[in-house]
Amino acid sequence: MKAIEQEIVQNKINDFADKDVYVHLETTNGAYASHFNENAYNVGAFIRNAKVRYQHGKIVSTGGSYRVGLKLDLGWVYAEGVTDFEIDDKDRLLMAGHDREGRLMVALEISETPFSNEADVHE
Amino acid sequence: MSNQHVLVIFPHPDDESFGASGTITKFRDEGVPVTYLCGTLGEMGRNMGNPVFANRETLSSFRKKELAEAAKQLDIDVEYLGYRDKTLEFEPVAQMADHLKRKISEYKATTVITHYPGYAVHPDHDALGAAVVEAVRQMDSDDRPEVWMHAISNDHEEEIGEPDIVYDIEPYWDRKLAAIKAHLSQADGMMSLIQSTDQQSEQLERLKKERFYKYRFKQ
Repeated sequence: MKAIEQEIVQNKINDFADKDVYVHLETTNGAYASHFNENAYNVGAFIRNAKVRYQHGKIVSTGGSYRVGLKLDLGWVYAEGVTDFEIDDKDRLLMAGHDREGRLMVALEISETPFSNEADVHE
Repeated sequence: MSNQHVLVIFPHPDDESFGASGTITKFRDEGVPVTYLCGTLGEMGRNMGNPVFANRETLSSFRKKELAEAAKQLDIDVEYLGYRDKTLEFEPVAQMADHLKRKISEYKATTVITHYPGYAVHPDHDALGAAVVEAVRQMDSDDRPEVWMHAISNDHEEEIGEPDIVYDIEPYWDRKLAAIKAHLSQADGMMSLIQSTDQQSEQLERLKKERFYKYRFKQ
């Protein structure tokens, strides 16, 4: 992954508009948050392979990190704190936000094909 | 040839190195075969390397390679159980226990090392530990391996007392560290987490003493 280049990401978001796409959306502060800091809360959520079709989407920045919003017919997909991106060899748009130690805090990924599901033991 | 076989059953690639690699090394030095049944590929891990080199979609491939390297360091075999990271607690326990019971019988395990359900912090740890206990409970009492459980939670001794087995793994520390470091994407992040806490020395001490509770089955 590399630092977000807003124009490249925006173009990719535009390419996926009005198509059936699969989304991986996730945020986490890890399963050990309150183990190492008793004042911390363990929170996280993910949805993998949600099939959506968005009318349009936008990547917006205020200072350091980015927010991404995708407008659906009946709702929204939203991620805040995205810092890095990659368009991978399967032509998927992978976006993530990392903390100072490189730990993932948020991820939003968009693909025209489903993301891998069951762990493939025989790969 | 040893007539013992130790099965280590944890959910993530690196649990074996952080939690039991001193004990594993001790068994291997005594000629006892050890197999790691790894529940998942750790594909939902938060650590992506530092600096970041993995992403959500490539992390599992990295972690498989890392575990292969750690297994080489520890001289053990690895088999994956095929579950998905973070989801073990939502799988039907009976089904998982059945799966595990078949594996434990297949390997003719004499000792099974797993997490102490309820005291292992990560939901996957608790869920897989509980399924292991259930699997062994269902076996004939003559065929049952010993079940050694690793507790992690900060307060566990207040509730469950002193562990039955305490290994000072100082003699194996170099090899434990080598196994931990084989998990390139995870080691840095985890070690810096440990070093950033207020109880840093306590957390490090826990890595140097491996402690297990034996499960006591009622007939």
